[in-house]
Formats: sequence, structure tokens, C-alpha cells
Amino acid sequence: MVEAIAILLGCQLVGEVVARALTLPVPGPVIGLGLLAVLLLACPDLTKSTGPAARVILANLSLLFVPAGVGVVGNLGVLSENWVAFAVVLLASTIAAMLASVGAFLFVQRFLGRSDE
Amino acid sequence: MNEVARIWSYLATEPLLWLTATLGAYLLADQIALAFRRHPLANPVLISVAILASLLFATRTPYDAYFGGAQFIHFMLGPATVALALPLVANLRAIRETALPILAALIAGSLTAIVTAVLIAIAFELPASVIVSISPKSTTAPVALGISEALGGLPTLTAVLVILTGIIGAVTVTPIMNALGIRDWRARGFSVGLASHGIGAARAFQVNDVAGAFAGIGLALNAIVTSLLAPIAIYLFI
Repeated sequence: MVEAIAILLGCQLVGEVVARALTLPVPGPVIGLGLLAVLLLACPDLTKSTGPAARVILANLSLLFVPAGVGVVGNLGVLSENWVAFAVVLLASTIAAMLASVGAFLFVQRFLGRSDE
Repeated sequence: MNEVARIWSYLATEPLLWLTATLGAYLLADQIALAFRRHPLANPVLISVAILASLLFATRTPYDAYFGGAQFIHFMLGPATVALALPLVANLRAIRETALPILAALIAGSLTAIVTAVLIAIAFELPASVIVSISPKSTTAPVALGISEALGGLPTLTAVLVILTGIIGAVTVTPIMNALGIRDWRARGFSVGLASHGIGAARAFQVNDVAGAFAGIGLALNAIVTSLLAPIAIYLFI
């Protein structure tokens, strides 16, 4: 457990340092994600030591959004003034992204002649 | 009465109270969601936020004081993002087998999610900081917050928009896919994970295991791609 946390935090730490050193707009933890993926492929044994801790964290991912979500108390003004705009943006953009994604997936699969529904 | 004030002044300055309150609110919200048989509209995060926001309002506690306690939970978003590498690597074989459809769906979906959100927000003449806050809305919360912060958005607003996006995806995916007659679980799962992250993925797991696994792939890959594309979109349009 301690080892797993050290690995996860270590990857994040390297990611944050790299993101700042190279002034990348990509968040440090995403670079850490890429780094851990490379480490896992290079050394599959790491899956055993990091797996259980990662599963616990990912199974409770929703909890981790709550503190930021409560920040809505500071944004009630923006939200209530523009609620129509937010409703339209979120509904239209989310459904459009889903349709574009599923359409592209099926189109390429059919193009490759490997459609096995 | 003086005693109560003394205890309250201790609790108000220590992280203990709001850290515990956050965990308690989440456990309660999870029970409420369970009572609604985990219907996507009964989202535990949304319910927790409502409970805690009401508590802050009732006790006249400023958000900064609350965050002093809750920051320990918030901090875990970073390691949680790193941990997404595990399901990604575990599903490597499924990704390799459908590499090209996944790549096409990833680029088309991620671009559509960002560009439509930014353009519609511009059409409504929302302020720049709000447009930035909307741009990563389809990405999983830890990454979306990081993107919003790095590009000058309002991370707390992004958090709420991300959750709402997740709920929209989770509620609409099954009726839309059924209406279109799409029966490929891999395509259905991938697209809902891409468009509405963990909340959409949780819904996909309820419907079909293959769809759930592909939703996980979609959310992890989109987290990476959105963090690359969102800065470009913001640079081009704003």
C-alpha cells in the first residue's frame, strides 16, 4: 500500500516538475499517467503492487470531486444568470460528442470490414 | 452558550470538521442514490454538494474555510489521475484489437466535445473565463480541473459543469443509442466514456460489461487528448 502510494505520488511529482519545467499546458498528473503506463509496460510486476491501491482510489473517484463541487456556492451568480446558455452548451455538446464518437467508431470499423455486431 | 462558542471556534479553524462532514455527506448521498436504484439523475456527487452547500449556508461558513478541511480529499485527484494508467494498460489488448476505430472515435469525439462547447459558449457571449471553464467538460474531473486551472478558468465552476455533463451523458446514452439501432457495445461504451467520463462509464457498466470496459478506455484516452487539444482550441477561438 505504501509502495503503491509512493509510486502514484512519484509519477505525479515527476509529471508536475516536467509540466512546469517545459511550461506545458498539459496538467502534471496527466504526464504522470503516461509515465506510469510506460513503467507498467516496462515492468509488469508493478501492476501487482499498485493495483489494489489504484482500484480503491478509482472505485471512490466520485468522492474526490465533492470538495471542488461545493465551490458551486461561489458560482451561483454565474450559473443562475446564464442557466439557459449552460443548459444548451452541455446538452448539445455532450450529445454531439457522443454521436461523433460512435459514428466515427462504426464508420472505421465498417471500412475495415470487421463489423461483428 | 459560551462553551458552545468555544467548541465552535475550535472546529471552525481546524480541518477536522469539514473533512469529516465531506465523508459523511458522501456516505449519506450514496445511500440516497442506492434508494433510487442508482438512477443517473440521483448522482451521489450532486447530492453531496447540495448537502454540504446547504450546511455552509446554514452555518455561514465561507468556502475557503470549508476547503481548508476538504483539501485533503481534493488532493487525491492527482494520484487518482495517475492511477487511470492501470485500467488503460489492463485493457491494452482490447485497445490494440480495435485500434483504428478507437483512434477515429477518439479524435472525432474529443474535437467535437471541445469545439462545440467553446463555439456555443461564444455564441451565448459568455465571459472568457467561463468559456475556458466549459472547454474540458467531457473529461474526467481531476483532469478537467487541471486543464481549467492551467488555462485561466474557474476550477470550481468546471467541477460543477463536469458533473452535469456526466449526468447528461448517463441519462441520454441508452435512449439515443437504442433509437439509432446501434448495438455494438464497444462503440456505445467508448463514446459514452469519452463524452461523459466516469459518470457515463458507471452507467455503461450497469448496462453491459464490454460497454463498461470500453467506456473506461474512452475516458482515460480522452483525458489525455483533451489536455492536448483544449489549450489549442482556447488559443484559436479566444
